[in-house]
Amino acid sequence: MSTTSEASDIQPDGPPVHPDEGMPSAERPAVSNELVTGSLLDYSKAFAKRARSGESGTLPVLVGLVIIVIIFQTQNGKFLSHGNLVNLIDQAGIFVTLGMAEVFVLLLGEIDLSVGYVAGVGAVVTAELAAPPHNVNWFLSCLAGLGVCAVIGAVQGLLITRLKLPSFVVTLGGLLGFEGVLLYLIQQDKHATGGVISVTIPSVLNDIVNGSLSVAAGWIGLIAVVVVFGVYSLLQNQRRRSSGLVTPPLSLVVLKILVVAVAGVVLLLICNANRGSALVKLQGVPWIVPLLLAVLTVYSVLLGRMKFGRYLYAIGGNAEAARRAGVSLNNIRLFAFVLCSFTAGLGGIVYLSTQDSISSGIDGGNYVLYAVAAAVIGGTSLFGGRGKIVHALLGGVIIAAIYNGMGLLGLSAAAQFMVTALVLIAAVTVDAVSRRGRTA
Amino acid sequence: MAADTGAGARSSDRAPVTTSTAADPAGTPLLRLSKVGKSFGPVQALTDIDLDIYPGEVVALVGDNGAGKSTLIKTISGIWAPDAGQEFWEGRPVTIRHPRDSAALGIATMYQDLALSDNLDIVQNMFLGRELMRGPLLDETSMELAARKTLADLSVTTVRSIRQPVGSLSGGQRQAVAVARAVLEKAKLVIMDEPTAALGVSQTAMVLNLVTSLKQQGVAVLLISHNLNDVFAVADRITALYLGRVAGTVRVADTDTQQAVQLITTGALAPVSHPSA
Repeated sequence: MSTTSEASDIQPDGPPVHPDEGMPSAERPAVSNELVTGSLLDYSKAFAKRARSGESGTLPVLVGLVIIVIIFQTQNGKFLSHGNLVNLIDQAGIFVTLGMAEVFVLLLGEIDLSVGYVAGVGAVVTAELAAPPHNVNWFLSCLAGLGVCAVIGAVQGLLITRLKLPSFVVTLGGLLGFEGVLLYLIQQDKHATGGVISVTIPSVLNDIVNGSLSVAAGWIGLIAVVVVFGVYSLLQNQRRRSSGLVTPPLSLVVLKILVVAVAGVVLLLICNANRGSALVKLQGVPWIVPLLLAVLTVYSVLLGRMKFGRYLYAIGGNAEAARRAGVSLNNIRLFAFVLCSFTAGLGGIVYLSTQDSISSGIDGGNYVLYAVAAAVIGGTSLFGGRGKIVHALLGGVIIAAIYNGMGLLGLSAAAQFMVTALVLIAAVTVDAVSRRGRTA
Repeated sequence: MAADTGAGARSSDRAPVTTSTAADPAGTPLLRLSKVGKSFGPVQALTDIDLDIYPGEVVALVGDNGAGKSTLIKTISGIWAPDAGQEFWEGRPVTIRHPRDSAALGIATMYQDLALSDNLDIVQNMFLGRELMRGPLLDETSMELAARKTLADLSVTTVRSIRQPVGSLSGGQRQAVAVARAVLEKAKLVIMDEPTAALGVSQTAMVLNLVTSLKQQGVAVLLISHNLNDVFAVADRITALYLGRVAGTVRVADTDTQQAVQLITTGALAPVSHPSA
């Protein structure tokens, strides 16, 4: 038996010439995930193929969102009004933030059921410090709240990584325990009237969701974002091209930049329209939008461009392989749980701002379900190894749209729960079925 | 590292274990095992193992089930330490007690499950744990270039895109990724445990090509295989284990399948009826 000799150079460009050596075609991917050829037309063709074979990325989520919007708009013409859309953005803030928290642990194939009440504890700590009688600076109050949440994450993470306890059980304990902590803290506060700590006075906390940028600041911000994104994308493309690597066509990069710019302009036009009355003008982009975009960017870089993110995916995909490659499983897992709880703390501050207050009435149990639902609906796998931060944004907006639209239609909480549950189950089904398709 | 006499003093007086002594290539062996033994409680799994592997040489380790092949490669790769004998690396006595030790020397062990992350792409798998950085960020461009070059050097041509997830690859292609990983680590000795066991004919040919490519790059390969066709296709020498001992080491050029089978099944060589040239 002799070894076969084939063409000895790898094809850097151009479509693959020979089919894979004699494998049944069913075993092979329908199309490679990265494009080998150059033109925009080839890219769109390959994208269509990929969509058909179930590797369509965020497209089905966007289609789902459009369908939901169409349904609600036909039922109630106010759904797409300026005022309601801004309201929807405000409502989505908490779902998106908690969903981003959940993505870190879902990537490991773990789950954190405590995010709702960890957010609550973070909000209470922040509110306690910022409200009278302490009147601590809002920024320091937020830092303290986030710090407490990070410590909570470290404790849960240590139990999970060092004692090898299942994350489901540890964080289930957290779900119950931190509701207790929340109740205790509020009971201890003599200034909390009727179990409510109000933060209307430190106006910055209030303004995160309820305040807006000025119209001019909105436009300046948008221009800055588009320029930075554009320059970065073009430089990135240029670097790959000059290194002789397979590079997406320049037209695709320009198209992406244009899409970002147009989306930004539409968002700004919606937010900058007067949504108040003729007497009291209310306009501008809510602060929550740049805040969420900043967090989204930082986390996306962390997951996509840094070692921590790479190891998180590696552990979620094959923990044994990561261990043999020298990855410190325990440290990466621990940091993921710390980040999850820290981000839950951000969610708590968003909640605090939305409500102007924190009370024992926060429904942390529901928020956990919405957080997991947001991540999974957006496309993050419950089985680990697959997902992106942006999925939480997409899923969070979908949940907010359902929540908001059903509220507009005057449907009861009962109906809202049932519909959200159905959407969640549908998303998990898609995840599980596509996973089976991949391994088969 | 153990305080021991140098390798030079012993290299000449090595007693052959069996009647068959293969003429060893010249020079200092990359890895030399001398009288290595390993026991688990009362069970003596390995006894007096002598084995030399030279740079750029493919040595096939054959033997029946229970002959001690797995125990031996686990000893070399540091899953456990031997309890008798001495190991030499490039002439220096060394003690390998941990997989870290063998990796530091330049030994890469590829087990059958290959340990790849299906959700990561080829480049990401090849560089997992030793990513190239550009400041705080991953240097994807340099990694992709290096990965492409390494695969091209190994004559791996069937991969459509090095940015496709490893989960979508065939068995032979997965082997290629694992081998390329070892090459990137600058491994001097690659231990492959039954690399063709689960593969079809064409995939097997692809893996054997990889072994040949490694050899051409000066990397030594210790190939564990049950398939004598594969062994005769790529190996330079064959070492047969029998009940935890070296039954014999023969040069592939001087032997045939029948002799090899005899070594494996009986632990000894019968007189050759018609000596080959």
